[in-house]
Amino acid sequence: MTDTADRALPTPAPVVNAETKPFWDATAQGKLLLARCRGCSTVIWYPRAFCPECGSFEIEWIEASGRGTIYSYTVNRRGQGDYRDLAYVVAYVELAEGPRVLTNIVDCDFEQLKVGQPVEVVFHPTPNGPALPRFKPASGG
Amino acid sequence: MSIRGKAFIVGAYEHPGRQLPDKTIPQIHAEIAIGALKDAGLELKDVDGFFSDAMGLGMGVVSMAEYLGLKLSYMDSTESGGSSYLCHVGHAATAIAEGKCKVALVSLAGKGRGGPGRYSEAPELGFEAPYGPVTVAWYALAAQRHMYEFGTTSRQLAEIKVAASHHAQYNPDAQLKNKVTVDEVLASPVVADPLHRLDCCVITDGGGAVIVVSPEIARDLPRRKVKILGHGEAPKHTNNGRIDLTYTGAVWSGPRAFEEAGVTHSDIDYASIYDSFTITVLLQIEDLGFCEKGKGGEFVSDGGLISPGGRLPFNTDGGGLCNNHPANRGGMTKILEAVRQLRGEARPEVQVPDCQVALAHGTGGSIGSRMGSATLILGQEDA
Repeated sequence: MTDTADRALPTPAPVVNAETKPFWDATAQGKLLLARCRGCSTVIWYPRAFCPECGSFEIEWIEASGRGTIYSYTVNRRGQGDYRDLAYVVAYVELAEGPRVLTNIVDCDFEQLKVGQPVEVVFHPTPNGPALPRFKPASGG
Repeated sequence: MSIRGKAFIVGAYEHPGRQLPDKTIPQIHAEIAIGALKDAGLELKDVDGFFSDAMGLGMGVVSMAEYLGLKLSYMDSTESGGSSYLCHVGHAATAIAEGKCKVALVSLAGKGRGGPGRYSEAPELGFEAPYGPVTVAWYALAAQRHMYEFGTTSRQLAEIKVAASHHAQYNPDAQLKNKVTVDEVLASPVVADPLHRLDCCVITDGGGAVIVVSPEIARDLPRRKVKILGHGEAPKHTNNGRIDLTYTGAVWSGPRAFEEAGVTHSDIDYASIYDSFTITVLLQIEDLGFCEKGKGGEFVSDGGLISPGGRLPFNTDGGGLCNNHPANRGGMTKILEAVRQLRGEARPEVQVPDCQVALAHGTGGSIGSRMGSATLILGQEDA
């Protein structure tokens, strides 16, 4: 199969709440923020106003490098809802800062994808303001 | 047996807020958990039992355990409205008295007006749903990673379906009664790489039930009894973004069940292994300790799961892969076939001769993100 991700992926709006608003606001500016515990310095994922490592409520935001590697991926051919009738890549990307985040790999040849492959963040705007962080094969990587 | 004097309430905390429009429900859970733990002089890391209502978002106690970072040996989300929390204290005391956990967190967090929907505002939702991760994709991620780390192949995964179909051919109620080959599995359409259509379970309506009674009641009943020997359970979650897709919660629920039952792997004559997808079986067989981590592919090959005679006779009803997966929940049917085997009432072609001890194992949610894991060890009435 020689699918490519040329067909535009849907951009469903994420659920945003009081804990995650700073993260999503930043995506609209093309920035990937990560929550970090002021107490134990753990980088937290998914973002929340609480550190699941030490129980602290003292959380700060840091800007991520936007670089990572593919931890695992699948080309899914049975999407639902907005993804119906579309072949697309669902992946965990391990960010340079540590967390493994669920995302899509875009602008790629499905056949060339590999676990461990370097990727970099791109932002796809959603209708309501926030942008979805997705990843593409790293340039020169 | 009674809970009298076997457990103590040592910490208590009421959230000082009355109108909390700017806080999420998980945040309230965190604040009351920390409040009660501080009052008790304990820490988050001490908690090994979690009791909370079905108002918890997403997967309920599992999603809230993930948010809070809890590592648990016991969880309960009995839902009886406003009285739930009194049930939970009673259940916590019982669990502690039986050694299932030592430090139980019993919590209520919610909103009186305009609270969010249980599924629509789970804390993880915004970071997963927009990317289209349907169920099979989550499991495919685990399969892909296992192949990368251990060299597991699609042919080896297919062997699991072949064994299930071998058993299903003898079950007239099975949804899929045709025996299939490895090549047929590999020739079926890819749904989410590396999983094919025939790596997936059936989708069915229906259900099942069991009756559990005291020894005194059991004594006077006519049917062959199945003795409950041991139980273990655990959630596994994304672990603050450090998810490891190569193992499941069975690494925790399995040893607890074996220890309570006082049996070892060589005692297990039959195993019901949760089989939402072929990869689910492979991971759990490794995690339950039937083979070394990474060697599941070899273990399931060459008829390893076929009954009778295989290394580990499994899912002799045809399992979720071929027989039944009612309401997209395969846990009950896993128990039912283990009971049939121990009663000697499985289909004659697949009955394990003199089946003395059986294991039934379930997983819920997703091995690609957050799951509940539970293991039962059952024996013949004289076991």
